Amino acid sequence: MLHLSQEPAMTALLLTAPAAAPLALAGAYTLGGLRAGRQAAEVSTVQRPLEPVAAGGGRAAAPMPAVAPTISPARRHPRDWAGLASPLVILACGALLAADVIDDGPVSAYSGLLRADALTAWMLLVVGAVAFIACASAPAYLAGERATDRATGRTVMGVPPAHGGPPARANSRVGEKPRVGEQSRAWGNYHVLVQAFLGAMCLAVVTANLGVLWVAIEATTIVTAFLVGHRRTRTSVEAAWKYVVICSAGIALAFLGTVLLYYAARQAGIAEAWALDWPTLVARADRLDPAVTRLGITLVVLGYGAKAGLVPLHAWLPDAHSQAPAPVSALMSGVLLSVAFAAILRYRVIADAALGPDFTRVLLAGIALLTLALAAALLLAQRDYKRMLAYSSMEHMSLIALAAAVGSPLALAAGLLHIAGHGLAKATAFCASGRILQLRGTSEIGRVSGLLAQSPWLGAVFGLAVVALLGFPPFSLFASELGIARAGFAAGAGLGWAMAAALLLVLIAFAALATRTARMLLGPAPTGATAVQDSPSALWPLTVGLAACAALGIATGPLGDLLSQAAAVLERP
Amino acid sequence: MSESLFSQLLNLACGAFLLAAVVVLWRRELAAIVRLFALQGLALATIALLLGLHEDRWDLLVVAVGIGALRAGLLPYLIRRALAVLVAGQDGGHGGGHGEARETQPLVNVAASLLTAAALTLLSYAVARPLVELDPTPATRALPVGLAVVLIGFFVLVTRRRALAQVVGFLLLDNGITATAFLATSGVPLIVELGVSFDVLLAVLVLQLLTVRVREAFGTTDIDDLRELHD
Repeated sequence: MLHLSQEPAMTALLLTAPAAAPLALAGAYTLGGLRAGRQAAEVSTVQRPLEPVAAGGGRAAAPMPAVAPTISPARRHPRDWAGLASPLVILACGALLAADVIDDGPVSAYSGLLRADALTAWMLLVVGAVAFIACASAPAYLAGERATDRATGRTVMGVPPAHGGPPARANSRVGEKPRVGEQSRAWGNYHVLVQAFLGAMCLAVVTANLGVLWVAIEATTIVTAFLVGHRRTRTSVEAAWKYVVICSAGIALAFLGTVLLYYAARQAGIAEAWALDWPTLVARADRLDPAVTRLGITLVVLGYGAKAGLVPLHAWLPDAHSQAPAPVSALMSGVLLSVAFAAILRYRVIADAALGPDFTRVLLAGIALLTLALAAALLLAQRDYKRMLAYSSMEHMSLIALAAAVGSPLALAAGLLHIAGHGLAKATAFCASGRILQLRGTSEIGRVSGLLAQSPWLGAVFGLAVVALLGFPPFSLFASELGIARAGFAAGAGLGWAMAAALLLVLIAFAALATRTARMLLGPAPTGATAVQDSPSALWPLTVGLAACAALGIATGPLGDLLSQAAAVLERP
Repeated sequence: MSESLFSQLLNLACGAFLLAAVVVLWRRELAAIVRLFALQGLALATIALLLGLHEDRWDLLVVAVGIGALRAGLLPYLIRRALAVLVAGQDGGHGGGHGEARETQPLVNVAASLLTAAALTLLSYAVARPLVELDPTPATRALPVGLAVVLIGFFVLVTRRRALAQVVGFLLLDNGITATAFLATSGVPLIVELGVSFDVLLAVLVLQLLTVRVREAFGTTDIDDLRELHD
């Protein structure tokens, strides 16, 4: 085992790198983008006359400009692959920190501003793994999007639209209306924003200061706003507006709760510098004023719950997930929701020490059941497969919330395992759905059928990801759902009934998800569609994701220690 | 500064702070709403200034100046500029629509909004009772005002239909939280305050750009027309 914690400089580096590496990469992309933009502006004036005709039925087979049609996407856009560096850094730091904290307990740097315990290491590994899947499948996705952009002349992000007076409302409907754009600069800001998003999420995970945690989570909203609204169509602009307004207002509530907790801490005699420090608050939670803490915790759970996709401020989630580019949807659904929920888990420890377990138990169980009921009901009526996956995320987040409500060691470990399993499976499913959207040009379930007949590999990956989300073995969601259910029934009559209701709702969601996916996968290939052999570069990251999810389900291996220690961090002190 | 003068000035500033939020509910011209928001920013800066003078803390005075510059200067300027762009865009063609500079028929009429504001203020006094009881000083006794502005900000956010009016609602909400932080604990630590101000500024910039895009896509900034996505 490595013992790095003896050296403070090394610890500081390991704690800083997960947030700093993506931010540095974002800076590099910005600089590179400025330079490339200038060159591209010159190229695009030459390319203008080659502007192709309107989009036909087969989007992938649409006519390409005559410039360099045969160069492979990987070689044409090495910038796309550079984004993989930061997930690898995050994974490496997570693994080294995990080795450290398992042996020697929590480490911290910068006078306690950054701190890693077992939970931090676990979340870093999850963020790194999901980001790896998303960033590795981004090049193929972007290549597909660029081909579509060339075919339709669609305006894309990072490019000011050719704007001649306000558009007439009638013909700007779904916004597939072709506009002449500068395709060469297309997706210029994509990498900058995605890397900044990763950096903000890692900062939220490694900080011990609850104020900085809030700043980092709000920053994720800001940097992803333009990723959600990247297509500038009516639907995506609407989704982006709802996303920013609901999440910012919701998370403002969490800040109010943080302020109230800070007030209680100051009144309890904790010095200003430590009154937002998580370990200090946990250690001295018994001195916090109960009435103020209760109000603060309620606001925090509602506020971060907005970001985690829990009721009552969940309305942004299906819209944003369905409109964002597929790798970004994967990141949002796979880790953003659970990073926000990890914040709630941290606050739960303070609340339990200050108020006793019943308060958060009732609050979280109530919110979890309401979210689950809503998700199951809307899954039944779902006609769009990206929205279907979004509601499935809400279903899984409410299961994790239920695990937090139960709060026994088994439940917490199962909840954390569920975070990892859901992240991997959902990232795979979203990335595959992005490929399906490029293949078929529609996100309606009813118009996608015979996927297995048309593209066997893609269909199989998507099908297996949904099977994992449904909770079948060998995938880890089977083990974690079983663990949550067992812990719930062992916890007493009240929670037992809640768990029974939850299982019934999960069964409904299961049926809805299974029938809809079966409709997409099975059946004959649509007439006119040619069989597609997907290139391995598009699908290997998804296969890796599924394999990791299955491996976690079969044996946690060295991660088992980390998991049980992470659960111990969250237990009542 | 004597104790009684401090508490009177503080109450005056808090009164102006609350009043600005209530009058926002009354006005329908977006330009007037932005002016009121700037006034409220000044009141907020005054609260921070008074607390700094009272506690002899120079860092608080610096924070007060920073807050004044951001919330009474920069943010109103950004919104006013967005408004000017929208109004100019409207004059350039497309004469039939309703004015971008005015709130269209709000979802709740003015009389009902003012009554709701009164009810929300009472509610915040009821909710804040444990907060005041924990440490009854002149500053914490004024704490319910901050919570009332938070609730009124939420109300504006939910009931106004113009995109920019919703932005002001979000900023009222944020002003209310900052006031609560000052009245309860003389402000959060500096690093957090800086981060929060930066986040708010970026959020407003993002919303400003999105407002322009909403108008490009929908031909209006009436958020009630955003009905493409639903289940």
